Amino acid sequence: MKSIKLHVNGQEHEVEVAADTPLLYVLRNQLQLNGPKFGCGLQQCGACMVLKDGESVASCRLPISAITKSKIRTLEGMIDENGNLHKVQQAFIEEQAAQCGYCLNGMVVASVALLEKNNTPTDDEIKKKLALNICRCGIHSRVLKAVKKAASK
Amino acid sequence: MTATRRDFIKQLGYISVGFSMVGTVGLANGGFLASDKIDLLKGLPEKNQINAWLQILENGKIRVLSGKIELGQGIRIAIAQMAAEELNTDLDLIEVNIAETGVTPNEGFTAGSSSIVSSAMSVRKAAAAAREIILKMASEKWGIGISKLQLRDGQVIGPKQEIALYALFEGKQIEETIASVTEYKGKTIRKYVGQPIPRKDIDAMVRGQEVFVQDLRFPNMVHARVVRPPSYTARLTSFNEAEFRKSPNLLKLIRKGSFLGVLAKDEYQAIQLMEKAKRLAKWNAPESLPDNINLKEYLKMLPADVEIHEKKGDSETSLKQSKNRLSASFFKPYLMHAANGPSCAVALFKEGELYVWTHSQGVYPLRRTLAKLLKMAEETVHLKAVPGSGCFGQNGANDAATEAALIALEYPGKHVRLQWTREDENGWEPYGTAMIVELQAGLDERGKIEGWNCDIWSDGHSNRPNGNPNTLLPAQFLEEGYGHPGIGYRGGAVRNAIPYYDIPDLKVETHIFQGPLRASSLRGLGTYTNVFAIESFMDELARMSNSDPIEFRIRHSTDERSVVCMRKLEQKLIGISLKDGEGLGHAFSRYKNNAAYCAMAAHVHVNEITGNVQVKKMWAVVDAGETINPDGLKNQMEGGMIQSASWALKEEVRFDALHVTSLDWNSYPIFRFPDVPEVEVEVIDRIDQPPMGAGEAAQAPATAAIVNAIFDAVGVRIRELPVSKELIKQAKISIH
Repeated sequence: MKSIKLHVNGQEHEVEVAADTPLLYVLRNQLQLNGPKFGCGLQQCGACMVLKDGESVASCRLPISAITKSKIRTLEGMIDENGNLHKVQQAFIEEQAAQCGYCLNGMVVASVALLEKNNTPTDDEIKKKLALNICRCGIHSRVLKAVKKAASK
Repeated sequence: MTATRRDFIKQLGYISVGFSMVGTVGLANGGFLASDKIDLLKGLPEKNQINAWLQILENGKIRVLSGKIELGQGIRIAIAQMAAEELNTDLDLIEVNIAETGVTPNEGFTAGSSSIVSSAMSVRKAAAAAREIILKMASEKWGIGISKLQLRDGQVIGPKQEIALYALFEGKQIEETIASVTEYKGKTIRKYVGQPIPRKDIDAMVRGQEVFVQDLRFPNMVHARVVRPPSYTARLTSFNEAEFRKSPNLLKLIRKGSFLGVLAKDEYQAIQLMEKAKRLAKWNAPESLPDNINLKEYLKMLPADVEIHEKKGDSETSLKQSKNRLSASFFKPYLMHAANGPSCAVALFKEGELYVWTHSQGVYPLRRTLAKLLKMAEETVHLKAVPGSGCFGQNGANDAATEAALIALEYPGKHVRLQWTREDENGWEPYGTAMIVELQAGLDERGKIEGWNCDIWSDGHSNRPNGNPNTLLPAQFLEEGYGHPGIGYRGGAVRNAIPYYDIPDLKVETHIFQGPLRASSLRGLGTYTNVFAIESFMDELARMSNSDPIEFRIRHSTDERSVVCMRKLEQKLIGISLKDGEGLGHAFSRYKNNAAYCAMAAHVHVNEITGNVQVKKMWAVVDAGETINPDGLKNQMEGGMIQSASWALKEEVRFDALHVTSLDWNSYPIFRFPDVPEVEVEVIDRIDQPPMGAGEAAQAPATAAIVNAIFDAVGVRIRELPVSKELIKQAKISIH
């Protein structure tokens, strides 16, 4: 086990974990972040999504050793230094786009990734972008409204 | 629990962590809010006591205690609204503490759309009673008539004086029992009740604060994983413990009979140890599941307890006389709760007492059952509900809590966190049982149903912890040899089996079997299959009598509220044009025949070449009596419609001779964004009526509306779910 450097939410961190440890566990346990969630560990559900150099990726099978040169942004990193929420986070609150909220991290992260590249997405573009993100409660229609609302701001 | 053991309830983020020893929780982001010292109730909170539901805090806030758990249904905000209204107190001054043994009232399980009816109504009553006592007390204190006093935001305000509740009661709680209440402000003022007030926890969620049991962290917490056997009845025959104990990073191997758990300091190490142990363990695992046989036929061959549930008139004779008769057989496969977040629990065994943080739907019943399994006194077992992922019935929550406890007992003094894997959850949760419903009906010459026969084949629908340890999964693998929990609660099979229509001669018979897969409560229980069958049948009968499907239902309805729902739905559908391959379907049901009314329509497109069904839009009209939070109600309905569409179109638990094979999201596909329809919900708010939960109201009619729409589109009657499988099967003979 050796010391590994990573760049998360604008800060350098140094952690001592096995090099093959998936990023998700480092974020949750070593960095004590709650945003990324364990959902499947198989990159099938999106609960663990983070932004890796601006792209939304599942972090549950991403070895820590593979991201040392990347900039990672988590749900927590979407909030600015004054505590203001990202427009996507704000829109999720306004649309009450959650039931249990377990999928919310991935939904917000993927939506931020989408809007940073395309600020006028169609319904189909949003659906396609969020296709990896599993929600069991059925809040999809509210998420669509929230993303469109955020896009319009 | 003694006062010294739990002097403080601490709050971190949105989790009220409870239990005194968490005062040392290390926090990721700070944000630890120590709240006031609470007065401990002696013994179990008595439900007829005001202070079992409400506590006056020194900081000016009011704490509401609910024996229910928040699982995404928005119960916390609904309960807060009830209290805020009766106490005329700002929502920010109301905090809601969810289920915890020894602290909140024992409200059994958070299930069956009952949280509004039981918990929120109890809080309303307690708060209204409290208001009257508070005003009387201030009136006597100041010698001023009650009519000159006002209760507002935790203060009593007189013409020239005001006093905080904490001062008024001199730091004590309201000792009175809940007397009969003369006025509910929620029925008259409705400043909070009936308003679409946003939930507070969504803000915490988007900020990544600690919200879920999965987010709990404690100093020196250790990580556990369970080594799953290959099948339900497998027994561990050999495991080289001595060799395995040499593994680096292993804190402890826990072996109890065929139950195997590993502990490590680091979570990823625990995962690797689990995988290693899986490779080393040798099992005797007989292939005992019926894999190469049509499941429907197999279930009908199982030994069954046959019972007449309802008999009215003489349906056999009237069916024989009917001019037009119809019979059909419906099937629903095993369905999975498939919670988005696999089950998780944290357990600590310290100084002879056990503490468990769990997303169980019933902390008291689980405590009773767990204490028995562990052979501990119930008073030494403390359970605290912490929100988990939306479960829609009994998922792995109780089992994960039990396993965490079993492991924690072997590793005292440390918090043990057990996280189930996706495979654990999919492979070991108790499923919603497969069901068969066979219907026969006869129409008279005026197109009215004169006779109705229904036969239901089903497993029990609930095997929740009931005091017998065999309801807890790990009990099956311990040395003690707890057997199969049996059929469990049988009443679920007949839920909504009697059509909510006027039918003179009717018989409902049940055939209850013990099925091959572990089964327990899933959203709506038997209602889902019964209403799918009844409403599909109603559609068919309507066509048989050349009637409009809504008119046909209205013709058989004697309840005006049913009719209002259907008429409103009809209005919504005016002017919808259908293209080639598209269809419109309708359904109606009143949940449990005594709760929320729901009329539903679906607009689908069927690709006649691939058999692929796209649900384009769904409409629902719901009457759940008095509405507490219209947005919360809509959210439950929308979610139910989408989840139901997913069940209908895609879902089926698959298994081979050894075990379940639907172990991930590829082998148990559910709806993803491109599959999801637009949903529209209209709420009929009836202030004069009691409120009824609606968490399960949409589930059954949504599927029925979809299959009826498919028939409308392509003339194929779907009587077996999932649609995808059945349509492809039938497409070969019907569509082309």
